[in-house]
Order: sequence, then C-alpha cells, then structure tokens
Amino acid sequence: MTGKKKDVLLDIKDLRIEGYSDEKWIEIVHGVDLTLHRGEVMGLIGESGAGKSTIGLAAMGFARDGCRISGGSIEFDGMELTTTSEADRRALRGARIAYVAQSAAASFNPAHKLIDQHTEAPVHYRMRKRLESQEDAMELYERLRLPNPRDIGFRYPHQVSGGQLQRAMTAMAMACRPDLIIFDEPTTALDVTTQIEVLAAIRDIVDQFNTAAIYITHDLAVVAQMADVIKVLLKGDEVEEADTETMLKSPKEDYTKSLWAVRSFQREQKSRPTGDAVPVVSVQEIDASYGPTKVLDNVSFDVYAGMTVAVVGESGSGKSTTARVITGLLPPDKGKILMNGEEMPPSYKQRSKEELRKAQMIYQMADTALNPKVRICDIIGRPAQFYGGLKGGALKSRVDELLDLIELEPSQYYSRFPPELSGGQKQRIGIARALAADPTFIICDEVTSALDQLVAEGILKLLDRLQKELNLAYMFITHDLATVRSIADEVVVMKQGKVVEQGPKDVMFTPPHHPYTDLLLSSVPEMDPNWLTTLLEERGVDNVGEAADV
Amino acid sequence: MGGVLTIVLKRLGLGLFTLFIISVLIFGAVELLPGDIAEAVLGQGATKENVQAMREALGLDKAAPVRYFEWLAGAVTGNFGVSLISQSPVTEVIAPRFANTLFLASYAAVIAVPIAILLGVVVALFRDTLFDRVANVLTLTSISSPEFFLGYVLILYLGVKTGMFPSIATLNDNMTFLELLHRTFLPALTMVLVVVAHMMRMTRASIIALLASPYIEMARLKGTPGWKVIVKHALPNAWAPIINVVALNLAYLITGVVLVEVVFVYPGIGQLLVDAVTKRDFPVVQACCLIFAATFILLNLAADVGAILTNPRLRHPK
Repeated sequence: MTGKKKDVLLDIKDLRIEGYSDEKWIEIVHGVDLTLHRGEVMGLIGESGAGKSTIGLAAMGFARDGCRISGGSIEFDGMELTTTSEADRRALRGARIAYVAQSAAASFNPAHKLIDQHTEAPVHYRMRKRLESQEDAMELYERLRLPNPRDIGFRYPHQVSGGQLQRAMTAMAMACRPDLIIFDEPTTALDVTTQIEVLAAIRDIVDQFNTAAIYITHDLAVVAQMADVIKVLLKGDEVEEADTETMLKSPKEDYTKSLWAVRSFQREQKSRPTGDAVPVVSVQEIDASYGPTKVLDNVSFDVYAGMTVAVVGESGSGKSTTARVITGLLPPDKGKILMNGEEMPPSYKQRSKEELRKAQMIYQMADTALNPKVRICDIIGRPAQFYGGLKGGALKSRVDELLDLIELEPSQYYSRFPPELSGGQKQRIGIARALAADPTFIICDEVTSALDQLVAEGILKLLDRLQKELNLAYMFITHDLATVRSIADEVVVMKQGKVVEQGPKDVMFTPPHHPYTDLLLSSVPEMDPNWLTTLLEERGVDNVGEAADV
Repeated sequence: MGGVLTIVLKRLGLGLFTLFIISVLIFGAVELLPGDIAEAVLGQGATKENVQAMREALGLDKAAPVRYFEWLAGAVTGNFGVSLISQSPVTEVIAPRFANTLFLASYAAVIAVPIAILLGVVVALFRDTLFDRVANVLTLTSISSPEFFLGYVLILYLGVKTGMFPSIATLNDNMTFLELLHRTFLPALTMVLVVVAHMMRMTRASIIALLASPYIEMARLKGTPGWKVIVKHALPNAWAPIINVVALNLAYLITGVVLVEVVFVYPGIGQLLVDAVTKRDFPVVQACCLIFAATFILLNLAADVGAILTNPRLRHPK
C-alpha cells in the first residue's frame, strides 16, 4: 500500500440512492463517485434536485425518510458504511462525521440551551465529561468569534441571531473533533454581511483542526472561497470535478459553463423620462409601525412607467413593509402614496377596485402563494374576472393570452394544478396572475431567491420582456445584488427602516458609496477564490463581526 | 415571568365571566324543567294551601330574575341555599360527595396519565410496527366501549369470577387508605380505560408530527439513539397539545363519571346530581352544575399555563 492510499478518508463508489414517490422507488442519484482526502474541502454544487444534500447525508451512512441507499459503496476510513450495522453507523455520526445544516434556527432544538445541545454528543460518546465539554464549547465559541463566548451557550436558540446560531452549530459539529464535516448550504439563509462572518469562521476552524469537509451549496462564488476541489452535479449525476482554480478558469462541460455564465445577463439601464412625467408610484415620507415598533422612518422614492426600482437591504430593513404600505395592507402612520399623481386611501379596504387593480404583487414563494387545490385557469382567471368583469369565452381567451405571455403552452397548462408544475413554472403562473389584473405597477418580492440560477435568469428575462411590451413599472425587492445588477434602473438602499441612499444603478454601483452601501456591495461573494481572504485583510480579520455592524 | 402572570389573570377574569354566563344558563335550564317544583316536591296528595305555602317558603312566587340574583348573591358568598330533600345546607350535602369524586378522579388520573404518556412515547418510538398497531387497536377498543359496559366486564372478570376486587364500591368512614384503594379499584380502572386512549394517541401524534423537523434530523445526525431523540428532543416540544388533552380528560374524570358511579354504586357527585334532578332538588342541581363548570374552566386554565411554561420562547424572552 502506498502512502497516498492511506490518505483517503472517504471513498464513495457508484453510489445509487432511490426516493419513494407515487408508490414506487425512483433512482435519484445515479452512480456517483467521490473521493475525499484527509483535511481536504470538497465543494458540491448544483441546482435543486441535483442530489447534493442526499449525497452529503449518504456520506454519513444516512438516508432521509423516504430515501434509501440502493447501490454502490461508501467507505469511510476503511469502514464500509453500506453493509455495517446501523448501530456502528450511528456511532460515527456526531463523533467522526458531523453535520452542519442549512438553517441553524430550525436545526437547534428550541427546548434546550445551545451548550446543552453542544455537549450532548461528546458526553454520549464518553469523550469528555459534561463540564470539560462546556469549557471546550466556550473555547470553540471564542475561536469562532462569537460575542460573549462564556455566556452565549447558556442561551436558548431563539435568543441568538441567525449568523451567531450558524457559528454555534459549526462549533457543535466540532465538539467531538470529527474527521469530516458535511456543511449543507450553511450560509444560504443569511444576509450577505452575515454570510461573510460565517464563511470566515468556518474556513478558519476547518483549517485549524485540519478537518475534511464536504461543502454543499448552489452559490458558485461561495464555493470558490471554501473548497479545494469542486464537483458539479446535475440531476443525480456527476458533471465534472476539478480543483477550484481549474474549475473556475477553464470549466470543460457545457453545463458548468452555463452555470458560470448566469451572472452575465444584464439589460440596458433606462433613465427617468424627462419633462413633467408623473411617476406611476410615488412613496412620500412614509412612517409605519407594527404595534409600538416603528419599522419605516421617512421613506420616499418614485417609480416611473417602464422602469425598475430595486429596493435592497438586509432582512429586517423594511423592504417588504414598504410593499405592504404601498398596497394598503399596512396603513402608514404618516406620509402618502400617490399613483399617477392621485393620492391613494391608506388602507386597501378604502380603495376602489380600479385603485386596487393598478398595483399587483408577485411573491417569493410561488409554492405557498398559489392555492394547490385550484386549477391554473381559475388562479389566473379569477383576477381577470374580478377586475375586468370577463366571463365565458372572453375569460378563456384572456387566460390563454396570459399563458402565452408567460411562455407556457395554454392547451397544456390550462387545467392543471400548481403541484404538477416546477418551481420556475409556478413563479410564471404568479406573474400571469399579477398581469391578469392589467396593472401599471408590479411589486416583485424576492421573486427569484427561491429559484435556481438558470431558472431565475429565465424569470428575469421574462419580466424584462413584459416590461418592454406592457410598459410596466416594477419595484424589485431583493437582497441579491446580482439581480439588482441585471435588471434595475434605479436602486434604493434601505437599512433599519430608513432609505440610506438612492439613485440610478450606474451611479450606485460606482464609488464613492454610502458606507452601508459599500458594506453590502463588498460583501457579495465574487468568483475569485482569493476574494474572501483579500476582503478579510482589508477589513481586518479580527473584526469581521464589527464590520457587519457598521 | 410577569407576562405569564398577566395571561393567567386575564384568563382567570375570562373564566369568571364564563362562569357567570353558565350560571344564567343553569338557572334558566332549571326554570325550564316541566311542572311546578313545589308540586313535584310535595307529591300528588298535597293540598293547594300546602303547595302555596311551599312556593312562598321557596320564594317561587317572586319573579325569576329576582330569584336568580338572590341565588347568585348567595352563591358568591358560598351559600348555595338549602337542599329541598334533606333540608341541610347544599354545601354540606355536596362537600363529601365531591371529595369522593375528586378522590376517584385522582386515583384514575395517577394511573392513567403516566401510562398514557409513556405508552404514547413508546408507540411513537415503535411507530408502524406490530406493537404500535396492537396498542392502537386495544386503546381504541377501550375508548369506543361505553363505560358501563367496560365496568360490567371488569366486574364479571375481576370481581365475580376471580374475586380479586369488590364489585361494589360503597365507602364507610373507618376504612384504611389501602382498603379504600382496593375497594375503588374497579371504578378507577374503568375510567383509566376510558381516558388512556385519547391521551396516548395525542402524545403519539404530537411526537410524530415533530419527527420531520430539522432539529430532530440534527439530533439523529449527532448519533443520538432513537429513544433519546424522542424523549429528549421531541417530547419537550410536544407538551402543549398533550397538556391540553390531559386537562380535558381530567375534567372528564370529574364531570363525566355518572355512569361509572351508578354501576359501582359509588357515592360521588354524579349520582348526587342525577338524584337531585329526579327529585327536583334544584339548589343542589345548580350547585353541582356550577362546580362542574368551574372544574372545566380551572383545568383549561391550568392547561394554558402549562403550555406556556413548557414553551421556552415564552419562558425565556429575548
């Protein structure tokens, strides 16, 4: 045996996994090979349905309910996981292979303190006594730059912020000093500024303990910062694998190239109409609050016909609340909303049908925004009937026309139900429903953030085409600056309920920026594998956390 | 914890208001009973003068609202009037019977609640196995059989055929506690059989509903053994619905036991209520109903408080 062979920690060969659906087993991972050496970080990337998480969990000898490992071998440090007993497999989990989940907020048990969840595995495996393990937890919290490392563990999950929870979960994964950690989209649910802290923390700790890791993500720029090797997956098959540098510079396969190319879609920027054009929507000095908590403070901006205003900011900055005020769902405390120069009544209850018709919304989660028990024709037909008074044949031809507009074949989709459609198709139905009212203004609330990049690009192109054809005004709520770059004409940056900066896109993306805009912009991961390192050096490694609190 | 106290006080206030509404309903219902109370009490042989004198003695010649408020004023100060049959104060009539009912209910609860929760946890752990199905069939059978039937079956097998337990649960003053437990075992067991299934199935369902949560998967991926996943990670988050069902069943143990008491000739409040209704002893009927209503309200309040206390978000605010 050569020394190199000894170096291999995880060796997966021809892995096949089946999922149970419609009363039969369907193969969802079709023979994937994966070799990971000690201390190596492999990035697994692909769109949803690529089998990334399923493969990650299989590396722990684990299959979710409704899934089973149906073939191939998984050899972890000389132990064959597919044939060994469940008890032996369980003894590896937490001890030698640990897992960091996508949403730490959902994956910490709300009933127990963080530190009690941290010490559970080491105490169970008799690696450490409870108190020793607590001491170790505090040390890990400190290494991961959590505030008050000696006290934070004694809090309950709901008392700690999302970014901090994600770091606490990484600390928990380290509790038994495993040989391998599976990171399953650990930063996807976080704001860009928080994401940086977590990425830096994860990278440091994996380095310090020379832990091997599988880093699962759909974000190429993130994986570029974290991984030594990248493996691209598509629908349960491997597309290609190469070291990070090679993969970024010269991807071989067309699919990989298409992933890389997504961010290039950019439409031409339009500028405001000159003269005395009246904005379609004018938000004027709005204050709003939920109960005693003030959430909007003097927010003003205008949206002109045919133009897109992107409203950006971290979660909790008041983006969606602004949309609620415009549509009348939340009457403001102060200020007014004008549409085509006319003042709107503050509450939707006081608005006329005609006033309601003008502003429509498209939502982030098409899954939950469409009633699964209602046919497509009724989902789209309902607003056409309500606002346009269409009936019978006129209604049917209007629905067909709308389906044509969103590029779905009417004869094929007319009488189907939402659960039969893919995520992108559902979002298109959401768009058609908004169009059915024949609006002049559409609020798009994070419409692409739940979609894969290629699908998201399709939606953005569709929205762009519709805007040109129908001269629509868009308000685009998003935290994704890549989306802003590709579709916006003007940008409004919000922070803690206030507008910190606004202006045309080209001006906003050119320095000098407001410090907060600068922080947001510089926090967006870039494809350059050295981006994170350089950024941390610029900001000063020891105060990543503080940088985000600017 | 200040928040919890305000919630409790608010619920208590609402409970008192509910109790007031119920008192009106009870009074109205008694008024609606057909026939004249004085005649019913005195029997057919009574003279007109006798009946009239009785009506005046009972205050029946006054208008209903006046009588209601007089009764309410008494009830608030703990004076529920005088029983028409025994002529002793209603509180004295009810107190020993209510104590007996509480004893039997506690006896059944002490057995039923731990068994139900334990069984619920175990069937959740062995869900979809033979054990789960057998437990389900047995508990469903017991919950779908009428109490009096269960009672007679138990009497037949545990009382008559084997002679292990007495079939009749009459009490006397000089019984020791152990004798008391032995004597009342069969009615208690009947009630246990009636309430266990409901609580067990709720425990099972609320635990299983949580098993798909990410933190349960996380616990499994930390190598936590199956039983510990259920007991330590699922159960603490499942308490709220379980506590509510337990409270509902405890209330049932106190207020729904008439049949069991009749079958076993147990001197509880249920029997007293039935007797009082047939004999038109309306002060006793009203007091019993009010006690039942208060029991329901208090137990539901306790369930709400319990649900709050087991929710870490409410126990440890940000």
